[in-house]
Amino acid sequence: MKEYPKSTEYCAVIGFEIHVELATKSKMFSPAPNNPDEKTPNTNIDEIVTAQPGTLPVANKEAIRLAAMVGLALNCKIDEWSKFDRKHYFYPDLPKGYQISQYDQPISRDGYLDIVVSDTLSASSDSASPPEGEKNKVLRSMRIGITRAHLEEDAGKNVHPEGLPYSLVDYNRAGCALLEIVTEPEIESGEEAKIFLTELRNIIRYLGASDCDMEKGTMRCEPNISVRKPGETTLPKYKVEVKNINSFKFAEAAINYEIARQTEILKDGGIPKQVTMGWNEKDNCTVEQRSKEEANDYRYFPEPDLPILQFTKEYLNKLRAEMPELPAQKRGRFKEEYNLPDADVENLLNWKELTFYFEEVISEIDEWIEQESNGNNNHNNNDNSSGTPRRAELDRNLLIKLASNWCLQDFSAALNAKLINPADATITPENFAELLKLIQQGKISGSAAKQVFKVMFEKGGEPLSIVNDLGLTQVSDESAIAAALDKVIAANEKAVADYKAGQQKSFGFLVGMAMKELKGKGNPQVINELLKKKLTP
Amino acid sequence: MTEEFAYKSLTELRKLLDDKSVSSVELTQYFLSRIKSLDKDLNSFITVAEKEALEQAKIADDFISSPGENPFLCGIPYAAKDMFLTKGIRTTAASKILDQYIPPYDATIISKLKNEKAVLLGKTNQDQFAHGSSGESSAYGFTLNPWDKTRMPAGSSSGSGASVAAGFSPYALGTDTGGSIRGPAAICGVTGYKPTYGRNSRYGVISMASSMDTQGFLCLSVEDAAHITEYISGQDEKDATTGPVEVPKYHKNLSADLKGIKIGVPKEYFMEGMEPEVEQRVREAIKQIEDLGAEIIEVSLPNTHYGQMVYAIICPSEVSSNLAKYDGIRFGHTTKEAKDLMEVYTKSRAEGFGDEAKRRIMTGTYVLSAGYYDAYYKRAQKIRRLLVNEFAEVFKQVDVLLTPTQPNVAPKSGIAQNDPIFAYIADRLVVNANLAGLPAISVPCGFARPTDGDTPSMDGLPVGLQIIGPQWGEQKIFNVGYAYQQVTEWHKKHPEVSSGQ
Repeated sequence: MKEYPKSTEYCAVIGFEIHVELATKSKMFSPAPNNPDEKTPNTNIDEIVTAQPGTLPVANKEAIRLAAMVGLALNCKIDEWSKFDRKHYFYPDLPKGYQISQYDQPISRDGYLDIVVSDTLSASSDSASPPEGEKNKVLRSMRIGITRAHLEEDAGKNVHPEGLPYSLVDYNRAGCALLEIVTEPEIESGEEAKIFLTELRNIIRYLGASDCDMEKGTMRCEPNISVRKPGETTLPKYKVEVKNINSFKFAEAAINYEIARQTEILKDGGIPKQVTMGWNEKDNCTVEQRSKEEANDYRYFPEPDLPILQFTKEYLNKLRAEMPELPAQKRGRFKEEYNLPDADVENLLNWKELTFYFEEVISEIDEWIEQESNGNNNHNNNDNSSGTPRRAELDRNLLIKLASNWCLQDFSAALNAKLINPADATITPENFAELLKLIQQGKISGSAAKQVFKVMFEKGGEPLSIVNDLGLTQVSDESAIAAALDKVIAANEKAVADYKAGQQKSFGFLVGMAMKELKGKGNPQVINELLKKKLTP
Repeated sequence: MTEEFAYKSLTELRKLLDDKSVSSVELTQYFLSRIKSLDKDLNSFITVAEKEALEQAKIADDFISSPGENPFLCGIPYAAKDMFLTKGIRTTAASKILDQYIPPYDATIISKLKNEKAVLLGKTNQDQFAHGSSGESSAYGFTLNPWDKTRMPAGSSSGSGASVAAGFSPYALGTDTGGSIRGPAAICGVTGYKPTYGRNSRYGVISMASSMDTQGFLCLSVEDAAHITEYISGQDEKDATTGPVEVPKYHKNLSADLKGIKIGVPKEYFMEGMEPEVEQRVREAIKQIEDLGAEIIEVSLPNTHYGQMVYAIICPSEVSSNLAKYDGIRFGHTTKEAKDLMEVYTKSRAEGFGDEAKRRIMTGTYVLSAGYYDAYYKRAQKIRRLLVNEFAEVFKQVDVLLTPTQPNVAPKSGIAQNDPIFAYIADRLVVNANLAGLPAISVPCGFARPTDGDTPSMDGLPVGLQIIGPQWGEQKIFNVGYAYQQVTEWHKKHPEVSSGQ
């Protein structure tokens, strides 16, 4: 790949065409099953999918409902009526010789999606490159216009067996319900694009409208990129479409690459060609795919086989009532209710099912806290005034942060390794919360907790009994620890003397010896604290 | 050849079967052998499904011999235009592009009739993809008119018209996109019914022009028509354009009492260039209907003449789109000469489609292309809307309309094949019912001598009276036709069919 220098002389104008394969049971216009995981070619087909003579389309009601839900979630206008049109072109993966799509009456139009991007401000504008620490992140809200979202059917896939003088066609994907979302050219960088795509994907996933898997192709996005001088308001006369992007990371990279490439051409006095580029993930660059921009005449006309779609107020109100909590609302609520760092919130939001699980864990925790506060009315949860790090009581904020950490780290990793969803995990939210409580109460060490978690994830079960079975109970009992410390102090006079002489290193050694004495189960905080006391005259 | 069972009404055939006077197998064999001996030069069938028909007849006989009531059409043979997909039985649309096509499924109407245990004799000849009004664009040769073998049976349901007229089948399914059932019915002297758009299912019927395609049949009387309509109609979940309208007991509700019925006669349908005797027969029929107690009102449908022009735009537009699937990739004819993908398309289609299909593809492609769409297609749709409204207005005043079906009797065979305009002229009295989605029937109303100088030996050739009803108004057109057939014998006149060479 060629490296292009960064430039601030030009800024980018980016719009997206995003195709989302809707998670319907059957196809857009036929009862044939929709299954993106089907591996055997030409399995999910019927006479309609293969466009046998005499076949007719019947619109999938669930696809229409999902499309309308996405439209509503993207703040779109949904007109009282919509229609399908035929878009004609010849290609072997397009069985009818036309695609049923929507031309001038899309299901939804004129919406928007608000995203939050973080700008990096340098301390002073004249310094070329401020040191890392001086960078300030400033959050900025951005509204990206949604031009339209319309329903159509997917095409099949042409397969070209290597070295053979023919091609094959697999119609498994042909006719699957596709929602095409078109944005206004209002995105200005790869980073913004990534944030926009992530938010959009999360919305669609929250609606259950699609699994939006870029790798599997159930979400496909094609940015149209051009660059212009800052302050210019008219769109450049050219745009470059990039295809073959199968992750958000690549989308970001491809956009940044294109911006740099086009800027370089403009700086040299040229005008970038209007072309379709492909992202080459091996070499991290875009490669020209097609430069001949044929003005295709698709000969759109209204699909006579399908009646007009009508959207009554009642129907739309019903959909609004069915609308689940969307990422933006959940983001606000999580920040308010759980006091989590932004990064945690964003990471949780990226996995809808995990947020459900996380909140189930929290509700278990809250139940205990309530029980406990009923039992100990005078207890102050956040009382650190005594200076003692040991707290028998449950600290909600700490537990929530623990829950978030465990959900995002060990739990996510274990789920991903098994390719399952939180709801399908063996470990119950109650036991999950129980484990967190044991950690927070200092009853088990961090490494012991990981062992217990592993067992719980594999087999389920009560964490306490697993702790006992594995003999992992942490010794926090002061008298037991004091006894062990006495032994260690007696046996290591030199180290004690060194410490007293100011060698901090010896303290760590003594702690290690005490831990050994306690077979690794001593509570390190208690050990530290008692040892300090014992060594302080 | 005996005419024992030919031209018997469905009611009579039902009785013979129920009485065990004849078995379905015998009845089927009778029609099969009649086809075998008399259809050689008429050429009304593309495929005779002898084996399947006898199997189906056996099933019907088994059903009849078991206790209980028999479905009305059980065991009675019929024919179907080669536009209807028949599982396991070759279906060609009379085009070489589907020459060897064996459908993997049955059209909804075919499977409804199968459920009734009706017996399919075979697939009838037609204009290729139903493009035409003569039957002469068929890739399987012309069909001849049983009344005069030098003449055409009209089209596009040419084989179905000839088959019923010749007594090869008591009824034959047809399709009507711009008069393709009513035209042959009039020209062949039989009864032909075109339903309200959406009354029955288009599923499994090869598309011609989707917004106008309807499926009906040609048969021997309005009474039979009322029967058959009950069994093929109804909403189909596989055809989104079928309507959620209940199917009435058309036959039971038949009434010959026309008192109080208002009948409109639109003056625009008696146009310049009509054969005088044809007009005479139609006027006589209208008079006869008036005599039965109906009130005749002259009405005007001033936009009538635009119909043909609108049809000439919308029809090829939809045809060009509907024929795109015949690309040589998944089924149908594939060229053996292709060097690359483009040639698979161009050569397969060039070799497979007939001239008329190509003409319509070119016209439709042009009309739909950017820059022309608004001028042609969109404007045509606007005028179509006017026609729909005009009919709706007139049906506020009258129950049905009476018009001639065709302005002439059967033209000479062969004149259409080299005349692409022929169909547009032949269709001018029938296309508007398709543009507006209205039900219509054609009933025989006498005979007229042709004006082409070649008078046949007989009294003349059949003339048809068209009865057009409002949307979902099948019962109204059946009642008027039924009343007329109670006092006339034209529908009982049949040609002498000889075996030819």
